Amino acid sequence: MLSNLNFRATVLSLVMLVVFLGVWQLATAPEVLAPQQGELSEYERLTGGGAQQSSGSGIPAPTQVFSHAFSELSNPFYDAGPNDKGIGIQLAYSIYRVLLGFALAALIAIPLGFVIGMSPLLNKAFDPYIQILKPISPLAWMPLALFVIRDSNMSAIFVIFICSIWPMLVNTAYGVASVRNDWLNVAKTHELSNLRTAFTVILPAAAPTILTGMRISIGIAWLVIVAAEMLVGGTGIGYYIWNEWNNLDLASVIFAIIMIGIVGFLLDASLAQATKLVRYAD
Amino acid sequence: MSKGFLEIENLSQRFPQPDSNDLMTVFEGVDLDIEKGEFVCLIGHSGCGKSTILNVLAGLATPTDGNVIMDNKEIKGPSLDQGVIFQNHSLLPWLSARDNVMFAVRARWPHWSKAKRREHAEKYLHMVGLDHAMDRKPAQLSGGMRQRVGIARAFAIEPKLLLMDEPFGALDALTRGVIQEELLKIWSETHQTVFMITHDVDEAILLADRVLLMTNGPHAQVAESVKIDIPRPRKRATLHQEEAYYPIRNHLVDFLVDGAKAMSAKAQEAAARGENPRHRPRIVNPARPEADPEPGPRMVRAV
Repeated sequence: MLSNLNFRATVLSLVMLVVFLGVWQLATAPEVLAPQQGELSEYERLTGGGAQQSSGSGIPAPTQVFSHAFSELSNPFYDAGPNDKGIGIQLAYSIYRVLLGFALAALIAIPLGFVIGMSPLLNKAFDPYIQILKPISPLAWMPLALFVIRDSNMSAIFVIFICSIWPMLVNTAYGVASVRNDWLNVAKTHELSNLRTAFTVILPAAAPTILTGMRISIGIAWLVIVAAEMLVGGTGIGYYIWNEWNNLDLASVIFAIIMIGIVGFLLDASLAQATKLVRYAD
Repeated sequence: MSKGFLEIENLSQRFPQPDSNDLMTVFEGVDLDIEKGEFVCLIGHSGCGKSTILNVLAGLATPTDGNVIMDNKEIKGPSLDQGVIFQNHSLLPWLSARDNVMFAVRARWPHWSKAKRREHAEKYLHMVGLDHAMDRKPAQLSGGMRQRVGIARAFAIEPKLLLMDEPFGALDALTRGVIQEELLKIWSETHQTVFMITHDVDEAILLADRVLLMTNGPHAQVAESVKIDIPRPRKRATLHQEEAYYPIRNHLVDFLVDGAKAMSAKAQEAAARGENPRHRPRIVNPARPEADPEPGPRMVRAV
């Protein structure tokens, strides 16, 4: 049993988690030595000094975070007005924006990447633009998007679109361009039309590379959506986390951070699973 | 001039060189006829342009000069009339063995039903002895099995001309022997016209009706057409007991060891003098030397 690598790794992971939570719990334990004075000064009341009473450093203990997480997750879809929505609703808004922007990007990047990969001329012609546009932080597009689109929600989706497009475009073009000549010769000697060659030879041959590009894209999109929603506000996990910071509700902030990680992991895992479907051993 | 099934006329291939304006002549002036149903092997040293000739026949390469006419039609590009088996199997790795063959069958007969395509594909996979491995992907097959799928795929589309570029070059000797016999078996059932490149003299003697010998490049030529006067069906195990076997084998090996180089030197001198390089290969029958049908026009006998 102990020789099983997976088992040992799981045990080690759990030990790390317990140690981390233990250190966190100890570090945030309430300081017993300074009993609070009975009255808050007016200044303390205005600045939220009363909140400090709960723990010594102001950072919530893991137990507080978990009890908060439990209450949030037990009712994730409540909607009590613009500033008080359940975590499920906020995540759903973010996932919707990411998937929509990502899908629009895929719709353009994959066919375009296909054409670029098939044509050395287009490859060279597009290359300088791709190289310059690719390193631009997607948030740099935000003011322009807000001005042109005049809709904060659509602007956030546009930012996701623009950051997802490059990895998919570059990977598709690379995957298509590096399809083995042998396989193209097979298509030629079997008199396949260009369209048939594209769908029955090039697409399956390049699919693993294309899927890798999509996986990179969705990862970046999920990173960017948090920042984008902090800017545009209104709904979404990015807005939620910023709103809770303004409320000085750090338990909610930490809970949101963990949820962002879990959703990001699930998005990545689903594309990893899709990559497995199209992978072939050569 | 005889009207052969496949006529190669004055074929030449020249490539630009990186460090000079002169073109490098790989081979030139190749005139050849191949009859329908004939099994022809081409032997020559590396770099003499064997594969280029095969690629021209396949329509995958364009010659600098000359043309190829098959069944009264010029070969201008790749088509289903020319089946090709490459050295590195070139199966599509995401398809199973059966699907790889069905892929080709579908290209050949697009209107066939799926059941008919499947049946046709399985017939040919059965011929190469792969009944048990039809559902496996190429990565799950051994090198020999992959090459068999390639053979089944090429035979399944029933091309007018089957081209093979050292199909067994990457296989171990034991596997090669087994597949050679399988190839002979299928060929005797289908009587496909085959043009095959090989390095292996024994393989050529076992399989071919005729062996074409190529001199070394540059300015390579197809110098001789050696008749393999051994009755069929041939068996690998008993081939060397045939009376004609050693004279033929010696002739081929002598050519490869000495002749190819000597003739290549002559050809280069002739090219330097600006002579017309166009020529037909000399017809040789080492098994019955007295019955040589025609004396060599220009080339000396290389023994």
